Amino acid sequence: MSRTRIQWFHFTAPANFYDLAGRLIPAFALLSVILFAMGLYLGLWVAPPDYQQGDSYRIIYIHVPVAWMSMFLYVLMAIYAGIGLIWRIKMAEVMAKSIAPTGALFTFLALWTGALWGRPTWGVYWVWDARLTSELILLFLFLGYMALHAAIEDRQRAANASAVLALVGVVNVPIIYFSVQWWNTLHQGASITVTQAPTMATIMWVTILIMFLACWMYSIAVVLARARTEILERERRARWVQERLESEKP
Amino acid sequence: MKTRQKRLMLVGFGLAALLAITALVLNAFSDNLVFFHTPSEIASNSVPLERTFRLGGLVEDNSVRRGEDGVTVHFKVTDTAKAVPVIYSGVLPNLFREGQGVVTVGQLQEDGVFRATQVMARHDEEYMPPEAAEAIKQAQRERARTVERPEGL
Amino acid sequence: MTEFLAMGGYWPWVWGSYAMMAGVTAVEIAQLRFRRRRLWQWLQRMARLSRQEER
Repeated sequence: MSRTRIQWFHFTAPANFYDLAGRLIPAFALLSVILFAMGLYLGLWVAPPDYQQGDSYRIIYIHVPVAWMSMFLYVLMAIYAGIGLIWRIKMAEVMAKSIAPTGALFTFLALWTGALWGRPTWGVYWVWDARLTSELILLFLFLGYMALHAAIEDRQRAANASAVLALVGVVNVPIIYFSVQWWNTLHQGASITVTQAPTMATIMWVTILIMFLACWMYSIAVVLARARTEILERERRARWVQERLESEKP
Repeated sequence: MKTRQKRLMLVGFGLAALLAITALVLNAFSDNLVFFHTPSEIASNSVPLERTFRLGGLVEDNSVRRGEDGVTVHFKVTDTAKAVPVIYSGVLPNLFREGQGVVTVGQLQEDGVFRATQVMARHDEEYMPPEAAEAIKQAQRERARTVERPEGL
Repeated sequence: MTEFLAMGGYWPWVWGSYAMMAGVTAVEIAQLRFRRRRLWQWLQRMARLSRQEER
């Protein structure tokens, strides 16, 4: 027990985290490129068109993975923010702060691809139904979190205030997910759920899962890279940074 | 109690309280969060008639009639229990067809006809290649034939 | 090939989505690289200055 504890806290030390992340980023980036290539090939070339929507449904191979990512990243950000708030682990604060921009980008992409998909299928870019509105609120939560971080000068107070915002916003995630079940929405229900067989052809949901994995690998690489820069900035006066400045290329 | 435990308790209580409040608020507002009303709700007079609202359901089979001017369309929206006649002039979305989900925006007239100013197609969560859809349709037709002619006859 | 690019007539929506995905990820990666390089150069300049002061 005590051994594993030491192992775990090893990487909460900034220098160790910095080195480990530096080694992990290329691996995740490579995996992401491979998975994206596979997913794009399957989604755009191999998968057949849909019987109702023709080729316009191919937007699903971005839309669904990025929409899932937006929710997963928000929950992850809130967990890190909560750990930082309660146990005062600096690396958790760094991780929460580093996830926010990527989460915001995925949320924006979910809204953008949704609008471009909605126009040809529903006939409108945007409607104020529960699913679309709650996803828009998620974007504002990400942006609000980033703005709060930027607005408060003192680092500790900024981390605390934005962590509270992140935790409060978690209630929005189940609302997004269940909105299509709880209320009448223009948005259709879920095609892929944990409990039931997917209501789509195998090649289609497999491709969605591959794209989802690709998005995960991408997110991990990008978030670790951002966290690394953040650590460097915070610890610039530490001895370990000076050592790496002499030995390492950027 | 350690300050760390105190913070954990505070965060936990805060989240629990927030969850309860949200559940209550959502429950109270659930009627206003409804994006569209169904034909059955209109039949039971639970929809304000003088206001613009959204009517949703399936386009009833064999109910679509195109007007002579080429832009006006008559069709019925049904939730399989009740149906409401709709009149609309304008461009229809690609997915608009009989048996498909639809959401229309407009007002109910005195004569019970819903005058729509906008029609949006609603699609279900099923995706499949055209061949698979054709195979399913084929199977359904076959099943229908065996039902018409029960075994032993 | 033109048939593939036409996406059954849905090309503005399909390619509009994929292009935005590519654009957003490219901008994020470029911004991260730029930020890290700028910070690194600034830190190295600071380190050089402090070494000169010591001398």
